[in-house]
Amino acid sequence: MAVKTEPVTINLGPQHPSTHGVFRLRVKFDGEVVLDVEPVFGYLHRGTEKLAESRTYVQIVTLTDRMDYTASMSNNLSYVLAVEQLAGIEAPERAKYIRVISAELARISSHLMATGFLLNDLGAFATPLMYCFRERERILDLFEMLCGARITVSYMRPGGVLQDPPDDFWPALERNIADLPQYIDELENLITGNEIVLTRTREVGTITAEHAINASITGPILRAAGVQWDIRRAHPYEIYDRLDFDIPIGAVGDTFDRYLVRIQEMRESVKILRQCVDQIPNGPFRSETPFFMRADEGDVYSGIEGPKGELGFYMVSDGGISPYRCKVRAPSFINLTALRDMLVGWKMGDLITIFGSLDIVLGEVDR
Amino acid sequence: MHEIQTAGILDFASLERFFQRVLPDSLDRFAFFVAAFTLAFIVINVMVQTTAVYTWFERRVLGRFQGRLGPNRWGPFGMLQPIADLIKLMTKEDMVPKIADRWSFNLAPIILVFPTLLVVAVIPFGPDSFLGRLNIGILFVLGVTSVNTIAIFMAGWGSANKFAMLGAMRGVAMLVSYEVPMALGVVGVLILSGSLAMSDIVIQQNVPFLIVQPLGFLIFIAAASAEMSRTPFDQIEAESELGSGYNTEYSSMKFGMLFLGEFMAPLVTGMIVTTLFLSGTRGFDPIPGQVWFVGKTFAVVFALLWVRATWPRLRVDQIMAFAWKGLFGMALVNIFLIAVEVAVFQDDAGKISTNSLWIMSAINWAIAIGVIVAVANILGQRNLERPTPVPSPLANMYAEAD
Repeated sequence: MAVKTEPVTINLGPQHPSTHGVFRLRVKFDGEVVLDVEPVFGYLHRGTEKLAESRTYVQIVTLTDRMDYTASMSNNLSYVLAVEQLAGIEAPERAKYIRVISAELARISSHLMATGFLLNDLGAFATPLMYCFRERERILDLFEMLCGARITVSYMRPGGVLQDPPDDFWPALERNIADLPQYIDELENLITGNEIVLTRTREVGTITAEHAINASITGPILRAAGVQWDIRRAHPYEIYDRLDFDIPIGAVGDTFDRYLVRIQEMRESVKILRQCVDQIPNGPFRSETPFFMRADEGDVYSGIEGPKGELGFYMVSDGGISPYRCKVRAPSFINLTALRDMLVGWKMGDLITIFGSLDIVLGEVDR
Repeated sequence: MHEIQTAGILDFASLERFFQRVLPDSLDRFAFFVAAFTLAFIVINVMVQTTAVYTWFERRVLGRFQGRLGPNRWGPFGMLQPIADLIKLMTKEDMVPKIADRWSFNLAPIILVFPTLLVVAVIPFGPDSFLGRLNIGILFVLGVTSVNTIAIFMAGWGSANKFAMLGAMRGVAMLVSYEVPMALGVVGVLILSGSLAMSDIVIQQNVPFLIVQPLGFLIFIAAASAEMSRTPFDQIEAESELGSGYNTEYSSMKFGMLFLGEFMAPLVTGMIVTTLFLSGTRGFDPIPGQVWFVGKTFAVVFALLWVRATWPRLRVDQIMAFAWKGLFGMALVNIFLIAVEVAVFQDDAGKISTNSLWIMSAINWAIAIGVIVAVANILGQRNLERPTPVPSPLANMYAEAD
């Protein structure tokens, strides 16, 4: 007689250690095997896009901080680029360099967090996470020097940045750039060759290049699938066309590739930082823009390569002091498109790992 | 009188005789109970206190591994932290879910703790201090420790919680599987020492069995860390997957009991490993055997902590595969090896000289390394080919840039 089993529906989240916030997965399990996944989100919805319609262009910068709070500098950058295009403002050269430096630091800090939490999801008892956070802490110290805040930075302004970096920022940045490669090596020594990590991540949660493109997935997940696509190269913004860096890609598109791509991107970011520090010119850090700036009627879309994928702002102006509409293309949210296809058929432990390797931030998913 | 002196401090028989002498003659028949109660009281208290110290030790060591401080507020180096934890646990509300199976829910913590305490009864703490010189000591250990499988399933079932149930199901599957390699890992020790009694095993270890049979040691350590569900085998709790597994619904002192059992397990495992593989209480002369024992136990515990601090966890089916495809075969190789060697090296009286033990060590290390490399290559991933990354033809960003 065959043993009859009955599927069980389990609510993973919104209060669960591995949902990276308040994500909820309604999962149907057959024993340990995932039969069906239904994501439920919106628990962190704060109406960012609607709020933006009643604030001035400068005030909206603070709203963007709170979206992807692991890389608020990138959000700032994407937003101010959109506003600058909308209002036809050009930022001074020095400001562009400072912005790129901040955004790359934010990318490193975001990838460190993604790696650390991925390992935590794999079951390593917080040690790799603490290693990652040690480095992230130093980057946040740099942010604190720039603007006094560590997470919600609000550092960039349409037409430049809030203030010139203080004098002690540059030596601190140099020290950080010098130390980071060693730290990444140390992290790789701990993780990359680990037999258990390999067993758990290789060939797990694979997504093909075609599927990733069809699901409009961007960022490290797309590149891990073997698609060499990076907006910093494809549509260079700021000063990226002057910088020399590689676009790492993965071979298979599994969880391990996503981890590897993030590690390699951190190394590339260090390369970019070094070039920026060498090239940065003197000059003003902000162009003259009124506080209550107005943009002419029109609409604009501008996207940057954020740490998690294409982070875009679609802004519509009716000529007033605040945008008529401000729509965010949030990479965390859109990268979840293929979630179900990636999870079904895997086991409970893999579900957590694959979900962790997507590196979503709920502040951005729910906005 | 002479016997009492040699039998040492922590021996049930001598304690009973002591009470027979102390108590008035009319109460002699109670001497047995008084002695039993006294011993149980001492042992349980010592074990619970040691566990409290161990929780502090574990958290401090993990803190070191992770580049942070660990508990450091209460008392010197935070050593009073366990007391603070206890007060917090005891003052919490004791909640039982409405639809819980109350009997199994309430019984599970007790059943989880007591086998761990029972194991202590047969472990020799010093050259002549042990509670019971059971002639089937190691069999008793293996039998009693299997009880916690039932406790974990009772906790998971009784909680009427899906996460707890999942943890418990994983736990039963895993614990039952790892009993086998654990028992087989011990067999090598038994063949070498020719006795099931823990104290005899210690006496036989002129060369620590860790050196004589490294394979058996590794199998036992791996199986034991699965038995107490530590990383890389912590499927039962699997914090990042199940929240906290079988103890999800527990609160207050019931949770405290579950954690007492959980934190006592590494200590007891350390004691068993010390006895079986690290020549227990033996050491250099000026230092008493008890100190050697405690020192070795904490060395084992530290090694287990090191693993816990570093490694991720395996998936549930990979754990099973490791038990049956890896450890099981390795244990059989170990048993065969030791049996053949004992047959070759023992003299007419059935004894094996220390020199022979050293020769056996050399052979066993070579074979152990060979077996581990072979198993790693069969089961492992490290040598699997990975294709080199090739940019997909589906998107060309350089074309778009123009």
